[in-house]
Amino acid sequence: MKAYFAAALAAAAAILMASSATAGTLDEVKKRGKLICGVAPNIPGFAYADDKGVARGFDVDFCRGLAAAILGDAEKMQLTRLGPRDAFAQLQTGAVDVLTHRFTWTYNRDNGGGITFAMTYFYDGQGFMVKKSANVDSVNKLNGASVCIAQGTTTELNIADYFRAHNLTYKIVSFADLDEARRAYEAGRCDAWSNDRSSLAARGLGLQKRDDHVILPETISKEPIGPVVRKDDGQWMDVVRWTVYALIAAEELGVTQANVDEMKKSSQSPEVKRLLGVGDNLGQKNGLSAEWAYNAIKAVGNYGEIFERNLGPKTRLALSRGPNRLWKDGGLLYAPPFR
Amino acid sequence: MNAPSALAPAPDSAPPPRPGAVRRFAASCISTPANIALTAAIALLLALTLPDLVEWTLVKARFSGAGPEACRDPDGACWVFVSARIGQLLYGDYPPPERWRVDLVLAITAACAIGLMLRPVRRHAPLALALLWLGPALSWVLALGGVFGLPPVATTRWGGLALTAIVAATTLAGAIPLGLALALARRSQLPLLRWLAVATIELGRGVPLVAVLFVAMAVLPLLLPPGVELSPLLRAALAFVVFNAAGMAEVFRGGLQAVPAIQTEGARALGFTRLQILGLIELPQALVIAMPGLVNTAIAVIKETTVVLIIGLLDFLAQIQAGLADPQWIVGDQVRDAAYFFAGLVFWIVCFGLSRLSAGLERRTAPGR
Amino acid sequence: MAFAALFTARYWTWRRLGALSIQALIAAAVLAVVWAAAENALANLARLKIKTGFEFLERPAGFAIAQRLIPYSESSSYFAAFLTALLNTLVLAAVAILIATPLGFAIGVARRAPNQLLAGVATAYVETLRNVPLLLQLFFWYFAVLQTLPAPRASHSLLGVIFLNNRGLILPAPADAGSAAIALGAILAVGALAAWGARILRRRLEAGGATGGGALLAPALAFGAPLLALLAAAATLHWERPVLSGFNFAGGIVVIPEFVAMALALSLYSAAYIAEIVRAGIASVAPGQVEAARALGLPPAIVSLRIVIPQALRAIVPPLANEHLRLLRNTTLAAAIAYPDLMLVFAGTVLNQTVQAFEVMAITVATYLAISLVVSAAMNLYNRRVLQAGG
Repeated sequence: MKAYFAAALAAAAAILMASSATAGTLDEVKKRGKLICGVAPNIPGFAYADDKGVARGFDVDFCRGLAAAILGDAEKMQLTRLGPRDAFAQLQTGAVDVLTHRFTWTYNRDNGGGITFAMTYFYDGQGFMVKKSANVDSVNKLNGASVCIAQGTTTELNIADYFRAHNLTYKIVSFADLDEARRAYEAGRCDAWSNDRSSLAARGLGLQKRDDHVILPETISKEPIGPVVRKDDGQWMDVVRWTVYALIAAEELGVTQANVDEMKKSSQSPEVKRLLGVGDNLGQKNGLSAEWAYNAIKAVGNYGEIFERNLGPKTRLALSRGPNRLWKDGGLLYAPPFR
Repeated sequence: MNAPSALAPAPDSAPPPRPGAVRRFAASCISTPANIALTAAIALLLALTLPDLVEWTLVKARFSGAGPEACRDPDGACWVFVSARIGQLLYGDYPPPERWRVDLVLAITAACAIGLMLRPVRRHAPLALALLWLGPALSWVLALGGVFGLPPVATTRWGGLALTAIVAATTLAGAIPLGLALALARRSQLPLLRWLAVATIELGRGVPLVAVLFVAMAVLPLLLPPGVELSPLLRAALAFVVFNAAGMAEVFRGGLQAVPAIQTEGARALGFTRLQILGLIELPQALVIAMPGLVNTAIAVIKETTVVLIIGLLDFLAQIQAGLADPQWIVGDQVRDAAYFFAGLVFWIVCFGLSRLSAGLERRTAPGR
Repeated sequence: MAFAALFTARYWTWRRLGALSIQALIAAAVLAVVWAAAENALANLARLKIKTGFEFLERPAGFAIAQRLIPYSESSSYFAAFLTALLNTLVLAAVAILIATPLGFAIGVARRAPNQLLAGVATAYVETLRNVPLLLQLFFWYFAVLQTLPAPRASHSLLGVIFLNNRGLILPAPADAGSAAIALGAILAVGALAAWGARILRRRLEAGGATGGGALLAPALAFGAPLLALLAAAATLHWERPVLSGFNFAGGIVVIPEFVAMALALSLYSAAYIAEIVRAGIASVAPGQVEAARALGLPPAIVSLRIVIPQALRAIVPPLANEHLRLLRNTTLAAAIAYPDLMLVFAGTVLNQTVQAFEVMAITVATYLAISLVVSAAMNLYNRRVLQAGG
């Protein structure tokens, strides 16, 4: 009976389904003269608009960097704000070129949707916030608690897995958006609020008395977040991931937005010279100009600068680099060599 | 409460001489014990809610100040957010030197809406239809530019209240005539036409807008020949037209079937053709009867256009949510609540205006005269 | 007479010819559009590189759902998650329709009430609620509901068995699901029998010209018998009392605040629309008819019941069906305030986890369409009866 039902639906869906021409996203972007990025709607620090209407955020800056690398101009990009429901389908059908979104890289996503993750540019993890008055110092003491969450990409599953693994019960209250989850938690609907740590930090600013709340020490999940592209376009995937790697490498090599011109002119380091397209042309192999990495760094700065500008201690989010430090500083960021 | 007389249609054809306001109030509100109890309950409800509302929106609210720092008091609304972002709320990402065009669009849309409510206009269907289409057509030309020396502005930069107005006006301009056509097709003697109409109506009424927009965004492009590309805004508008026409069709159907059968029978006996009966007898009466329903549906359409935010179009409500995600404005619910209150107020003013206009009209064209 | 018949026959032949050719044209046009769309879809399909299929429905879902009317746990399948969410949607829509319709009728009538204050409040109600987007109203009601309720430790309690706090309304639950199901079945059976009996009784009584107390017998039977059955079931079943343990109450049935807020907001919002439809329907009845009926000496109650309402219903029922369907579609806003409906759970979490957007959305669209077709068919049936009754 169920199989019959499924077969009928499969037939119906087969008619509804297809992916558009995907050979040569790079050529398409160049022809269009504009890069279209799918970004998450309204995530503080990652994708939002300032008072003047200018798009800002970590994800947005990577879109700018990509536009600069490909088209030589960081403003030749267009943002499409997409919820998770529409984002994948929009990428599959070719309405957006890349998702610089908040999606976690998972097995199911990489194998089945016709999409793939280019690399990881932000390491997050799911945390819990509780009221100090509840006297809870560990997730393991939340047995029987109600937990408010914003329906994320992996949030529900993480909680289910963690609580079952630790033999704890819980009651889930799952919202479509972060700010409502925060508010319901604040109003007492839940004993804890759980989402990515970066989201807890950002939306936590909206708590009336932030000091009455505390984030528990445990991080219950791995959330490798990175740009998503269509699966059948290897060249495009290389363009996207190597551009991000170039920004990570730039931090490692000490190349910044401010000194990139200076470095390009006078740096003696062979690695820096290769990266910036001096005496070598790495970009050519990917259909880009010799100055692709230079353009990206010039436009948005290196990885560290992007982080500090949008999420770092000087911003209201005040996130520490944590795992998003360079490998040599004890973090997880590791760009393959440019040679 | 005196239910039966409340149910009877108001005999407003011959209003009695109007007594003084106090006498009228006394006669209607404190005439019987039940009425007195009702009046007292209503007064109590108002007394309990109104003062708090006034305190929050006005007394303790912040109207001016330097950005988010002015909004630290959680007990009063923060209107500073609205004034700091009013440009985006109204125009979205539309280039500032060109924003006069958006002002003009809003003015034209309002003028056409008012024009449509005027009696001489509504008496002449072609004129009404022309107005219904003129507004959106002018809006698109003005907002898009590229002609008459206006610099072109891509639809991706449209946003805010202007986008809401354009989407709503376009939807209504398409959905009302299409809805009438569907309602007539549903009564057609041609079975094929009837079935098609029923299928379209049921499809349109049955699928939630969220799913409709998914279809418009992800599935529609696959059904079009390669090379044909519609902007997301156009696709959303197209989906809105088809799906709201279904609702409109049912309103028209209600109006058509409320016309007493005896009138059409009489007309047929007098030798009127079916087209004449439809045009001269059924439609004029059906339109009057359907008017409140049409306005009802139109108001629903205007508010439902806010769904476009899920496909990345930054309409009025989406602009507010985008603003609330700016870290500097995340200082407490006073910002959020004030912003949503403002959104509600704007929608209320637009929709209430529309419903008042139509109510005035209803009084002037009440049936039975 | 013969001439007339000839004229009619020729007339109909021409008409039929015309009708046939028009229909042929329409059929050709529709076929052409469908053909072109299918052709394009197939062309796009040729480049398809997505793994498709509905096998995922059998895989374990792995996540929890806040409101379950059927047994569901993290190890249940995605299909079970779909069914659970579907039931949540149906219950919400049904409850909201059952509240909104009578409320809307009452407000629609109140707008014409002789008490000016009442009429004014009814008007203010309609003009406030129908002119503000539902999403904003949802937020308002949800956070208003949450803020007025106490924490679990400070619960309002009724006799120590029913509790109300910001986690919901907690009721005692039957300890044994099996006997509870039997009891529910028995209550439903008694209800159906009573309704049938009441119908027969009413016909008998009406035929006999019963008035006053006699007329109350039928409704007394229709409502009294199921109520007695309910009480009998409540007394015989073994009940499990909710107990506060740790953060929350354990045991019992929980009506979550999200459901209350959704039902409240949806029904209040739709009632405003229904009130407007009812008012317009009443206004569409020609005043001359009422005056004529009164002149005949009919009492006001009969004028309302036999003259105004049947005719008003003709103008009310089609847009009312519209409103009910709109309400059904509006349940999809539930995601905003965490009510686990089909859109939040299936077209949300399941879609997110599986990335099978097209399959999930195809099922979602088909499901909503199926529900609305059932509602629509029922309302069309009722509309036909109304048209017949109204003459």
